[in-house]
Amino acid sequence: MKLIVDKLSVLRNSRPIFAELSCTIEAGSSLILRGPNGAGKTTLLRVIAGLLPASAGGLRVEGAPPETSIGELCHYVGHLNAIKPALTVAENARFWQRFLGGGGQQVEVALAAFGLAGLRDIPAAYLSAGQKRRLTLARVLLAPRAIWLLDEPATALDQDAEAALGAAVAARLAGGGLVIAATHQPLDWPNARDLRLRPAGRAA
Amino acid sequence: MNAFCQLVRRDVLIAWKEGGTLGVALGFYLVVVVLLPLALGPDLNLIARIAPAVLWVALLLSALLSLGRLFEADFEDGSLDVLATGPLPLEAVVAAKALAHWLTTALPLIALAPVLGLILNLAPQAYGVLVATMLVGTPAISFLGAVGAALTVRTRRGGLLIGLLLLPLFVPTLIFGIEAIGAALAGADSFAASFLLLIAVSLAAIVLAPPAAAAALRFQLQ
Repeated sequence: MKLIVDKLSVLRNSRPIFAELSCTIEAGSSLILRGPNGAGKTTLLRVIAGLLPASAGGLRVEGAPPETSIGELCHYVGHLNAIKPALTVAENARFWQRFLGGGGQQVEVALAAFGLAGLRDIPAAYLSAGQKRRLTLARVLLAPRAIWLLDEPATALDQDAEAALGAAVAARLAGGGLVIAATHQPLDWPNARDLRLRPAGRAA
Repeated sequence: MNAFCQLVRRDVLIAWKEGGTLGVALGFYLVVVVLLPLALGPDLNLIARIAPAVLWVALLLSALLSLGRLFEADFEDGSLDVLATGPLPLEAVVAAKALAHWLTTALPLIALAPVLGLILNLAPQAYGVLVATMLVGTPAISFLGAVGAALTVRTRRGGLLIGLLLLPLFVPTLIFGIEAIGAALAGADSFAASFLLLIAVSLAAIVLAPPAAAAALRFQLQ
């Protein structure tokens, strides 16, 4: 499988965020979006997830099952956590697992992978920022999806959680998926390639 | 279908655990209906005559109170992004959330209505038909309300704006609901017509509102 970004241009509020961006990401490799604030890292992830329209150019996935949109192949982990404070950690995880169709890891296994096994019955409102981020990242293990779009995934994570994220990404890449992340932090992921975005400019 | 049920289940669970929104709606309903006879004075016949209308209007306003939060919470915490990339079309997401709103807000308000009918000296034979008209009429409030909630999802304190936008759309439900009660009490033949029209309005809302609200949400997510 292969994700091809073909001369993609995006306008936000009639201001160009980036123009004629082209790149190809092969299955088994990861792409790290870098660039200053406002360079369009989040915008690019949202366009790939189908949450924002592109003004010109296109996106396609080679080798995807027919009749599926790119969004349906993607796990989109935004910088917001999508966690309901009233529900417990396990309830949050179970909802996303069932809503996204399941077929991934068990809730207990996914929570344990991110070191949340002991917190499963605690309302998510009581989690720290880093623990909330761990719970959000556990979502990508609960349903199998080929493309992971991670926006600032390592924010507020400690070293253990960063290692857990690295292990999850490595497993996804080894299983033929591809991962695109936007971050300012150094990430030690296999087959990683940097893509530098410039404000209102072109990828270097 | 499973994802649809899971979403309804989650929203009902959150409403149950948080409790606050429903408490405010029920409290508001109680306060409006209790204050009215105090303001009108001790004319029991007058109060009994306007009781169905008061119960309906107050129920509508109470249900509106919580509609503003229908998509706002999911928008603010990023859940809406994930819901939009899920296996369920956004139209079905809207329908699930509107259904959950009906279950968690409209149903409890309907359960409270007969109790408040006692306060308003409602005619004994009106209780059954009051609850029946509310049961078939309120889906229109939740589903049409979803359109307003989707349009105002980025607006701070958009709840009141929803009222302004949607009150005209709620007029048919209100008119046919109160008409049906009046006709049933008078033993008139027009009961069936009003009641069927009330059902028709709700069915039309259930069909037409999800695509409209989904279109509004797609625009708001950009």
